[in-house]
Amino acid sequence: MNIHGLSEILLYFMAILLLTAPMGILLFNVFEGRIPFGLRILRPLELLIYRVCRVDPRATMRWQEYSAALLIFSLAGALLSYALLRLQGWLPLNPQAFGAAEVTPDLAFNTAVSFTTNTNWQSYVPEATVSMFSNMLALAMHNWMSAAAGMAVAVALSRGFSRADTDDLGNFWVDLVRGSLYVLFPIALLAALAFVHSGAPQNFSAPQTIRTLEGAQQIVPQGPVASQEAIKQLGTNGGGYFNANSAHPYENPTAASDLLTKILIFLIPAGLTYMFGKMVGNQGQGWALFGAMGALFIAGALVCYGFEQAGNPHLAQLGIAMSADESQPGGNMEGKETRFGIAASALFASVTTAASCGAVNSMHDSFTPIGGLVPLFNILSGEAIFGGVGAGLYGMLMFVVLAIFIAGLMVGRTPEYVGKKIGRYEVQMAMLALLVCAFSILGFSALSSTYDLPQDSAWNRVGSSAAYYGAPRNNVNNAGSHGLSEMIYAFASATGNNGSAFAGITANTPFYNLTLGVAMLAGRFLMILPLLAMAGSLVRKKRIPESAGTFPTDSITFAALLVGTILIVGALTFFPGLALGPIVEHFQLHQLTLQ
Amino acid sequence: MIKAQLIPAFLVTIVLTVLCGLGFPILVGMLGQAFFPYQANGSLIVRDGRVVGSELIGQAFHSEQYFHGRPSAAGAGYDALASGGTNLGPTSRKLILGNADDPATPDTDESYNGITDLALEYRRENGLDPEVPLPADAVTHSGSGLDPHISPRNAELQLLRVARARKLAPEEVRRIVRDHTVNRFLGIFGDPGVNVLAVNLELDRLAQR
Repeated sequence: MNIHGLSEILLYFMAILLLTAPMGILLFNVFEGRIPFGLRILRPLELLIYRVCRVDPRATMRWQEYSAALLIFSLAGALLSYALLRLQGWLPLNPQAFGAAEVTPDLAFNTAVSFTTNTNWQSYVPEATVSMFSNMLALAMHNWMSAAAGMAVAVALSRGFSRADTDDLGNFWVDLVRGSLYVLFPIALLAALAFVHSGAPQNFSAPQTIRTLEGAQQIVPQGPVASQEAIKQLGTNGGGYFNANSAHPYENPTAASDLLTKILIFLIPAGLTYMFGKMVGNQGQGWALFGAMGALFIAGALVCYGFEQAGNPHLAQLGIAMSADESQPGGNMEGKETRFGIAASALFASVTTAASCGAVNSMHDSFTPIGGLVPLFNILSGEAIFGGVGAGLYGMLMFVVLAIFIAGLMVGRTPEYVGKKIGRYEVQMAMLALLVCAFSILGFSALSSTYDLPQDSAWNRVGSSAAYYGAPRNNVNNAGSHGLSEMIYAFASATGNNGSAFAGITANTPFYNLTLGVAMLAGRFLMILPLLAMAGSLVRKKRIPESAGTFPTDSITFAALLVGTILIVGALTFFPGLALGPIVEHFQLHQLTLQ
Repeated sequence: MIKAQLIPAFLVTIVLTVLCGLGFPILVGMLGQAFFPYQANGSLIVRDGRVVGSELIGQAFHSEQYFHGRPSAAGAGYDALASGGTNLGPTSRKLILGNADDPATPDTDESYNGITDLALEYRRENGLDPEVPLPADAVTHSGSGLDPHISPRNAELQLLRVARARKLAPEEVRRIVRDHTVNRFLGIFGDPGVNVLAVNLELDRLAQR
């Protein structure tokens, strides 16, 4: 570690700290229906959308209706994406003439689910699979819709705490449209222009054929990269225009665009904690959540940076400099870009996995074992460390319910949080959400690492090619412990709706496309539904006044209890898997074992 | 309950898809083309009326009169249709030691240069003693496989070879390298890098004069 890297990480976090309150105020006002002055020019468009879509903006919804609207909306989006992907050969803006052969039914299913659930896992190589049209209308549009839907769920759950004696969780369509128009659109527009300025292309041209200085041919794809970049980060989606994602110089051209990317990823998740405080009428409640998230995030980022900068002992043996100085980066540069270096790459890995974004500016598969354990742990913590747009706040509130339940057991009182009694039903719903995720990650990892498919099984074949892999564990790119990490990471990423990968794994086979697709659906909707049910139960409850026996939840003690709950739940659930993967590999690395 | 939401769900999906999926990229495209046309069109470099590359996309260089970029895992090297890294882990035998060609399969070439081979090759090309520590970026693959930059130390270690091949004074080459070095953003964020293609173009330009 050095002073440059440390100051880079701390300054970034300070920027987030400064932006949290303004962002929270914007979110609060928008979802309370008080549209900020400069954005009122969009008001006619909002009303027009309601009219065209036959939405009654004054209708209120109980949790069942809110959930139904969300589910049908997601289903409609997924079906549309599936159809557009399969039909891309007949659709315009397709200079590379991609068709249905590139997007097989299992891949189209996986991809449609992936973008609908805000995961943006990509089993395919984008620049060799999907047309510009597919990119924009089948995929990038979900970057808005799934993010706005996630925000809506977080707002509805917050209303469960802030409102009392009612059934009314708000109106899903209104929350969806307002989130898109007044929050996502203005910020994404400014960010997209900043990306163009820094070098991200924004055109609709065919790939450029270049004769290089040495006379070779290089074909460089073009397209509307900047617009997708802005919304994919702001909406914590993360799906790349190119295979290399935000490591690609067209997606993330400079250190400045890299910083902007990382700020965009945390902007809304951080702001939502402040919005929550404002909604329940006690800013301390919001900051306690932010504090717990911030502590876990900073600790992870520093550990990741420390191990990446310490580098790889195998390389040190070869006489390769592992410590940085002014003119060279040192550390583990495998899979990292020169313009970012170690600290910005380790920070990015921590940000993108904490926030359930999944964009990457370096290849996590090539990280050192503990450097790679940090992103994996961030995902396993259940989208609670800032988390995805919306998903972070509701994931954290799930842990709040558990923490408050544990605290209640310890002091022997009925647990309560922001004036609401937490009863059996709330704890059951929180546990259900938690168990679904653990079951999906561990169950599918176990299945892929042990299940034997016959050598010529069509279930494990890439696209229409004749390449058979046999058992699913053969799809990994690395042997031994690192290979197991690739499988655990894949299902953690899918279930956590993250979308980043230990990308060596070959996931574009029916087996992985289907299992990962199911994991993404479970991780999104079997988490949202119990939490909306919990909101429905909470919103009906009376507000009880604070008494001497109330455990103060706007305190550092509570933030610490929350951190403890997340660590213990994460550790107990996933430690055996992690021990066989990254932890064992750490010791192998330092004994100079190769595999 | 479900029926009442069906029609709004399909209509909102269509409307948002058109607005966000089509409207937004076109809006950004118009603004981008108006204000930053060079960047919006891919930062392409034109020499003698022909596109010779993009400032942002690295190219493969082998000849000794050019600076060389980092090892690339994109296709056969700097293939912009196959961006990506090796995705090999830190304990990978293939990454560290490489693979030899398997004589049992004459049709396919399994040989792969590990970091050990890359380090030997780099030292040999640039006439470096085994004691000289190599910058990590010189022998590791970038994340994109298209990394346009190398570290300043990497450039410095290649500098004498390039100067000798081009019969230039090292000081002159060093000046060109310095002119095309991007520094940290605000002095803090990211790492400094030398744009390989820009330096090589400048060297060619100098040779033509």
